[in-house]
Amino acid sequence: MIPRGIAIAALIVGAAVFPAFAGKYPVKLLQEILIWGIFAMSLDLLMGYAGMVSLGHSAFFGVGGYVAALALLKSPDVVSGLLLPAAAAALAALAIGFFSIRVSGVYFIMLTLAFSQMFYAVTFQVAWLGAEDGIVGVPRLAALGLDTAQPLQFHLYLVGLAAVAALCLWRIVRSPFGHVLRGIHENEPRMEALGYAVNRYKLLAFVIAGTVAGVAGSLYTQLVGSITPDAFLWTTSGEALLMVIIGGTGTLAGSMLGAAAFILLQSLVSSYTERWMLILGLTFVLLVLFAPGGLVGALRGRVGIRS
Amino acid sequence: MPFVLDLFAQALNGLSYGVLLFLLSVGLTLIFGMLDVVNLAHGSFYMLGAYAGLTLIAATGNFWLALAAAPLVVGMIGVVIERSCLRPLYWRGPLDQVLLTFGLIYLFEDLVKWIWGGRIRSIPPPDLFSGSVTLWGATVPSYRMFVIAFGLVMAVVLWLLIERTRLGAIIRAGVFDSEMAAGMGINVDRVFTGVFAFGAGLAGLSGVIAGPIQSAQPPMGATILVPALIVVVVGGLGSLKGSLVGSLIIGQAETFGKAWLPGASMLIIYLVMALVLLLRPQGLFGRALK
Repeated sequence: MIPRGIAIAALIVGAAVFPAFAGKYPVKLLQEILIWGIFAMSLDLLMGYAGMVSLGHSAFFGVGGYVAALALLKSPDVVSGLLLPAAAAALAALAIGFFSIRVSGVYFIMLTLAFSQMFYAVTFQVAWLGAEDGIVGVPRLAALGLDTAQPLQFHLYLVGLAAVAALCLWRIVRSPFGHVLRGIHENEPRMEALGYAVNRYKLLAFVIAGTVAGVAGSLYTQLVGSITPDAFLWTTSGEALLMVIIGGTGTLAGSMLGAAAFILLQSLVSSYTERWMLILGLTFVLLVLFAPGGLVGALRGRVGIRS
Repeated sequence: MPFVLDLFAQALNGLSYGVLLFLLSVGLTLIFGMLDVVNLAHGSFYMLGAYAGLTLIAATGNFWLALAAAPLVVGMIGVVIERSCLRPLYWRGPLDQVLLTFGLIYLFEDLVKWIWGGRIRSIPPPDLFSGSVTLWGATVPSYRMFVIAFGLVMAVVLWLLIERTRLGAIIRAGVFDSEMAAGMGINVDRVFTGVFAFGAGLAGLSGVIAGPIQSAQPPMGATILVPALIVVVVGGLGSLKGSLVGSLIIGQAETFGKAWLPGASMLIIYLVMALVLLLRPQGLFGRALK
């Protein structure tokens, strides 16, 4: 336990001091990895722990991003940058979850996908949300003595939030609540027979995951300074799903690792060849075929064992 | 009566889009029903069909030849994909299949960009249907009338094939209970490959058909997948009849939405789906949920 704690602390410190050693581009890559890592971890809470595979998780990423954009343009404080996006994403997750958790398996996948596409359709057509072009020129958060317009302060703010998100999710999956989720994943009827209000647990997991995804969306808006309807596209959820799988489902560290692998692969391959989508696609196909436990599974030498 | 005319013209537009969706979704629903695979790459087969058609027309100058050959090409690709990628995954959960077919979307989209370039290409309609016809005062492109007729004929042919032939009986048995079918001595492996290739071929066929109306572009595969999935969900997973009825409903909803409620047109098909699912969670013709 102690070596792991030290390793994690070293990782956080390493990420925090990274800008001292690396140039602008690697730092931007790390920041993207952190944001997508938060998003992927939140999806893994649903997938890896509660067994709910969602292709609509981008709905909460997008809601967080849009609410942050609108609010930050009014006033760049903590409420705009974090609280409002998180609350809005939680509310959206409550509404979508209320309908979606009633079904399971493929129906759940399709229903969540359709809900996120609804957001896409609305933002694509509503003029005051910028329609196709989205919202641009969004300022970063400036509060609590932070001026995130400063690159270094923004970086530390991101590293800090990623660490907090990881810690919160880690506490959640290790709590009794997390064990109930795993129980539901393993055998839902049995958990129901044991007297657990299964749907309430699933809905709560859905809302927590949605809230964290909303924070990731807000951070993404602050990183790039804009948000477009594409954030809602079902392929955005698909990419997060791939990150979770690359890393290995049911391991939060794996999601972060998967996000890193995805973004590094994308940037590495795209710097050598225009054909990065082809290579990315091929990599995923081969990964699913030959490394079903993901990177973490392969590292642990447990390839082939699936829950 | 311009209003009635408009109504009529829109209904024909909706019908031609609907039969296109039917050709696409019937493969998706059969593959799901039989193989238990949600093939996210189904739209990619549609795209491949459009591009194969484009090339065949450029090479031969004959639309009809392309219409016949492109589905065969896409069907062959389907055979390769089923044998090499999906077969090892049948015993695993649905997640791996979702991910693998998602990876295929990237792969095919980029492959198409590589071979044909990224710009929008239009497929010329065949000479026979390049004009327009006037029906009770409404002017409609004659190609759309051909699409409607072709789609409806295909619906009848598919219905006969699946409901009235031995092959259809095998497919229905497989959709209903593939273990039982295997127990009856049916070579389920070969039927699986066949159904997948058949579904892929139908998607390819709809890609060629759609070419003169919607043109060919690399993202078309990922874009068309969502309405096709909605059709399958509305109609009921694994149901041929559901696929037809769902396609006609979604085709009309989308077309009328675009014409009458342009501000909310993209939302309408989702609202239709939500409404159906609220009333019948298993879809209009789906089997009851477990």
